[in-house]
Amino acid sequence: MSTASSSVPTSPARGAGTPILEVDDLRVQFRTGSGLVNAVNGVSYTVSEGETLAILGESGSGKSVSAQAIMGILDTPPAEITSGRIVFEGRDLLTLPEEEQRKVRGPGISMIFQDALSALNPVYSVGFQIGEMFRAHRGTSRKEAKQHAVELMERVRIPAAKERVNDYPHQFSGGMRQRVMIAMALALDPRILIADEPTTALDVTVQAQVMDLLKDLQRDTGMGLILITHDLGVVNEVADNVAVMYAGRIVERGTVDEVFGNPAHPYTDGLMRSIPQVEVKGGRLQPIGGQPPNLAAIPSGCPFHPRCPKRRTGAQAAPGRDCVADVPPLRLVVPGRQAACHYSEEVLGV
Amino acid sequence: MGRYIARRFLLTIPVLLGASFLIFALVYALPGDPIRALGGDRPLAPAVVAQLTDEFNLNDPLWLQYVKYLGDLLQGDFGTDFRGREVIDTISQRMPVTVQLAVVAIAFEILIGIVAGVLAGIRKNGFFDNVVLVSTTLIVSIPILVLAFIAQFTFGLQLGLFPIAGVNEGWYSFLLPGLVLAAGSLAYVARLTRTSIAENMRADYVRTARAKGLPRRDVIVRHTLRNSLIPVVTFIGADIGTLMGGAIVTETVFNLPGIGRAVFDAVRAQEGAVVVGIVTLLVFVFIFFNLVVDVLYAVLDPRIRYE
Repeated sequence: MSTASSSVPTSPARGAGTPILEVDDLRVQFRTGSGLVNAVNGVSYTVSEGETLAILGESGSGKSVSAQAIMGILDTPPAEITSGRIVFEGRDLLTLPEEEQRKVRGPGISMIFQDALSALNPVYSVGFQIGEMFRAHRGTSRKEAKQHAVELMERVRIPAAKERVNDYPHQFSGGMRQRVMIAMALALDPRILIADEPTTALDVTVQAQVMDLLKDLQRDTGMGLILITHDLGVVNEVADNVAVMYAGRIVERGTVDEVFGNPAHPYTDGLMRSIPQVEVKGGRLQPIGGQPPNLAAIPSGCPFHPRCPKRRTGAQAAPGRDCVADVPPLRLVVPGRQAACHYSEEVLGV
Repeated sequence: MGRYIARRFLLTIPVLLGASFLIFALVYALPGDPIRALGGDRPLAPAVVAQLTDEFNLNDPLWLQYVKYLGDLLQGDFGTDFRGREVIDTISQRMPVTVQLAVVAIAFEILIGIVAGVLAGIRKNGFFDNVVLVSTTLIVSIPILVLAFIAQFTFGLQLGLFPIAGVNEGWYSFLLPGLVLAAGSLAYVARLTRTSIAENMRADYVRTARAKGLPRRDVIVRHTLRNSLIPVVTFIGADIGTLMGGAIVTETVFNLPGIGRAVFDAVRAQEGAVVVGIVTLLVFVFIFFNLVVDVLYAVLDPRIRYE
């Protein structure tokens, strides 16, 4: 396994503010009955105040696992964080005692999940579940916590918040439930919000409303937003920067406009080509060939090489840049753009 | 909810009628003549036999006996046994013993069973989980009769901690028989809780609770245990109904004059009125506790609504 990505220069972020969260060479393994699964293999990024970083990748690319590692909610065992640092406001969360880590969850870093119906406890009212944040972290009384819950529900634009505060999750529509999740996550004004596929379970019109809400709330609070998704459209609309993940590592990073406009990694390029184009009628979509990598047996060299149309090996390859043998480090290709491909310049066409 | 409960109570009427008739018929079908058996070795005078037989309507066909019995019952008369003792007296004398025994047994089931289940479930495959697995398997595989004698011998006789038999020391007399009676169900409750907790620990909302930075105690008690209790409540509810019916083996071994032994004795003496009276009451108790369980569901899980 290469450690190349640990020496990556700091983010090419457009995010204006100071860095709040810094993830450095994060590695996560799962011990399963059939052996070790390398879910995250040296991921590094920073998130600044007011920045929206999209982490893009297919299922099994390690995007959710890395987020759960940051939250400290991985099930250990079977998961194990084997190396790396997660520095939040100057402190490495991985070296903090559990009780200190717990105090960061909620007021410091907060998270919303994909399926709000299963992520909310069915047997407690939404007001109770939102209010728990205040009761656990600030020792607020039950009654006062409920008042805070009403205010938060109004803030995420849930109609008739006062009447609905005692309702249960199953009594809300999908979009409203996701708003409840957002209200809960934002209760204590976190500096970082991790949104793990926040709109995947919603229909398209509701998706847009929820994303708009998140953007508005981010503008109000200046929090950093980590948006984990496989939805290219959502990334395009709301994110400043994007990190594309493949087989547990970041393969390309830059501003959304640049990465989407002119990919520097063949995988990103493949993703862009697989988007249906409105202008091109009747044409066929171009899926990326082959299968997603098996994380228990990640291919040698560049993990993407078995599916890569541009791979070079043997005599075709430049010395030390054999796609089958040499792991490409995540490197600066052009200013503001990093990619983990031996031949990024060619992909980029510079 | 109120209407639901009322409807459930109305539904008990046909059940009680059916159950009492069935029991009545079964006692009727027993071989032998209960009146002649009253005399034991010395035969009763034919005139006495004839008078008693007539007094207890034993010459009538089954259906008529049953109707006459029901008529008395509707006027609040549970009847008497062949010796002239009021059945209602037997019940009021025996029932408190059984209730005390059941309460102690249920308390053990809830306290030990649920706590052991939670501790095993939150660290699945851990050391304590294996301890619970082995000990519950052991308990379940020993017959209650053997378990009772072991308990009597160890805790009663050798250690002298508990009385071996009788009810002379109040609640204290019920601790040992209660534990023995609860043992099997206790093991089952522990297993059930353990499985349910282990499963719910992986639920998305438990992950959310952890992501909210809740203290571990809240994550487990508030967000895991409560959701895991539904199958456990079902089992315990049904078990209360069963325990209220008395435990013939436990009551006999520990010499407790409970309702279980009263029924057993009455069946042997073919005391129809006693058997039917007590068993019908027990059927009602059983139905009642099942209703309590159903209502508890709605309290534990707001998604369940009865309308």
